[in-house]
Amino acid sequence: MFKDSNLNTEKLVESRPGKERIKIVQKIVLETQKLTKKFGGLIAVNNFDLKVNRGEISSLIGPNGAGKTTVFNVITGLYQADGGKVIFKGEDLAGKKPHRIITKGIARTFQNIRLFSNMTCLENVMAGQHCRSKEGTWSSIFRTSYQKKEESEIRKIAKRLLQQVGLWKFGDELAKNIAYGSQRMLEIARALATNPDLLVLDEPSSGLSDRESEDLMKFLKDLLKEEDLTILLIEHDMNVVMGISDWVTVMDEGKKIAEGVPEDIYRNSLVIEAYLGKEEEEEEI
Amino acid sequence: MKSNKNIILKNWPIFIVIIILSVSPFMMNNYWIDVFFFFGIYALLGLSLNIVLGEVGLFDLGHMGFMAIGAYTTAILNTHFGIPIIFLIPISAMAAAGFAWLVCSPIIHLRGDYLAIVTIGMGEIIRLTLINNPFGITGGPNGVFGIDFLSFGGPLVIDSSIESYFVIWIVVGLTILALINLQRSRIGRAWNCIREDEIAAESTGIDVRYYKLLAFVLGAGLAGIAGNIYASKLMIVSPESFSFMESCMLFCIVLIGGMGSIPGIIIGSAAVSLFPEIFRAFARYRMLIFGAAMVIMMVFRPGGIWPRKRGSVEFKSLLTKAGEDNV
Repeated sequence: MFKDSNLNTEKLVESRPGKERIKIVQKIVLETQKLTKKFGGLIAVNNFDLKVNRGEISSLIGPNGAGKTTVFNVITGLYQADGGKVIFKGEDLAGKKPHRIITKGIARTFQNIRLFSNMTCLENVMAGQHCRSKEGTWSSIFRTSYQKKEESEIRKIAKRLLQQVGLWKFGDELAKNIAYGSQRMLEIARALATNPDLLVLDEPSSGLSDRESEDLMKFLKDLLKEEDLTILLIEHDMNVVMGISDWVTVMDEGKKIAEGVPEDIYRNSLVIEAYLGKEEEEEEI
Repeated sequence: MKSNKNIILKNWPIFIVIIILSVSPFMMNNYWIDVFFFFGIYALLGLSLNIVLGEVGLFDLGHMGFMAIGAYTTAILNTHFGIPIIFLIPISAMAAAGFAWLVCSPIIHLRGDYLAIVTIGMGEIIRLTLINNPFGITGGPNGVFGIDFLSFGGPLVIDSSIESYFVIWIVVGLTILALINLQRSRIGRAWNCIREDEIAAESTGIDVRYYKLLAFVLGAGLAGIAGNIYASKLMIVSPESFSFMESCMLFCIVLIGGMGSIPGIIIGSAAVSLFPEIFRAFARYRMLIFGAAMVIMMVFRPGGIWPRKRGSVEFKSLLTKAGEDNV
């Protein structure tokens, strides 16, 4: 496994548009190696390997309770892994606090939306830029010119992001007062405000109508074309992700049962079994 | 010049309040000036607790302990070593802030009620320690007396009621300016994010532990300054001034006024300090009326008398091209 991943690692030098820095970019952005997480006697994630290629939409699918969200929580640092590694851009993330991991470039959304509900939409997106700004307590108290300049930059970026997700008209509304679908878009805007390399979305289509989730997937596809970004999705509904994913990993009972391009996954008997049950069982019913 | 005029026109209610506050002591007798002095002390303490409770949502029920640290630092260093009060303002602020950092570091991860219980314990431990007269420096239950007045050198000594009235309200004014700036900065936003949803805040890249501690340290520092002014005005500090009941009063100020709302805090501290004086005749029923008021408040106006209004200024500035750069 390890050797295999090294083979895939192409080092190429390129400059990001709009950002005047040149960096070495690896093909694999995120990788988990033999990731294990236990809750008491329950092994939620068992020796799980996951690879996410740069610039692609990867999906992690599986039936309810397969351990998908646990994998996400370990990647973003909310849980500590009991074994194995999480490697992001060639760096082991073990033992890092969530806010450090965000600064490294992994932003996430939550399955049941977690916004700052009593703050305005604009403030929510501005808060996302916290880890990319640095003015401290004293410069804030005395409102130095640097601090004012930084705040004005934060506001402008927040405005641009709100316009991008189509929520600018709600900029001055409290986040709790906007529609559910809009809240989800706002959460994505907040995640984008942290200027991530990898965007991790936990069941983005849950609670959305078919129309809304189609729009969302289209939005994500467009986003990938415009920006240097990688997206990792969690879904339990196979149909939603198959259309847009470049790579799909299927998980059941904490283990990886299949991975590949969507067409292969559709035909994979293990996947069908996990979602629909074994054939004999069906006949009995 | 034009922009100055605009500021006055836009914020006329604030300027009316400032004018009333600066003229009124010349029309009151000394008793009422002192009442307004204590109103100012409560306002300063309310603002300091507002950082911890209102902005970050941390239940701090031992806030008077920080004021006690500030007041006793001033009293002991002044009476034993003769250090002038004016130099002791920053020292007592730092003593209270340092103490807050030391004590709160290990308990900062506690949530809600658990933190409330630990802070009650902390406040009580401070009070009991002061009563027990460690190393013979706190004077036991009698406290420390003979503290100097605040002096700016030469004839400028703050020794009358009206002068200390102006000292406290100028300090309150400066504090309000600093807090408004903080509310509008990334620090204030980070605090509010933690209050709204700690996990989301952490996942948005906010160092929750650091910002919670920062709130405690700043709040304690302000309470330390309040302690300094209190000690030099009364010339005596005793442990009974820093009881648990007083901490509860501060808690009420923030809850009645509105969490995180600066005008609300001023109204809340007026309610706590002025009404008992106005309704002296009903002094025996004071706590009864107070409790009933709290219940009614919580039912009909859970956000406080003057809840904080969010946004607007920043949003409006983005609507015009020119406003984008300065708010």
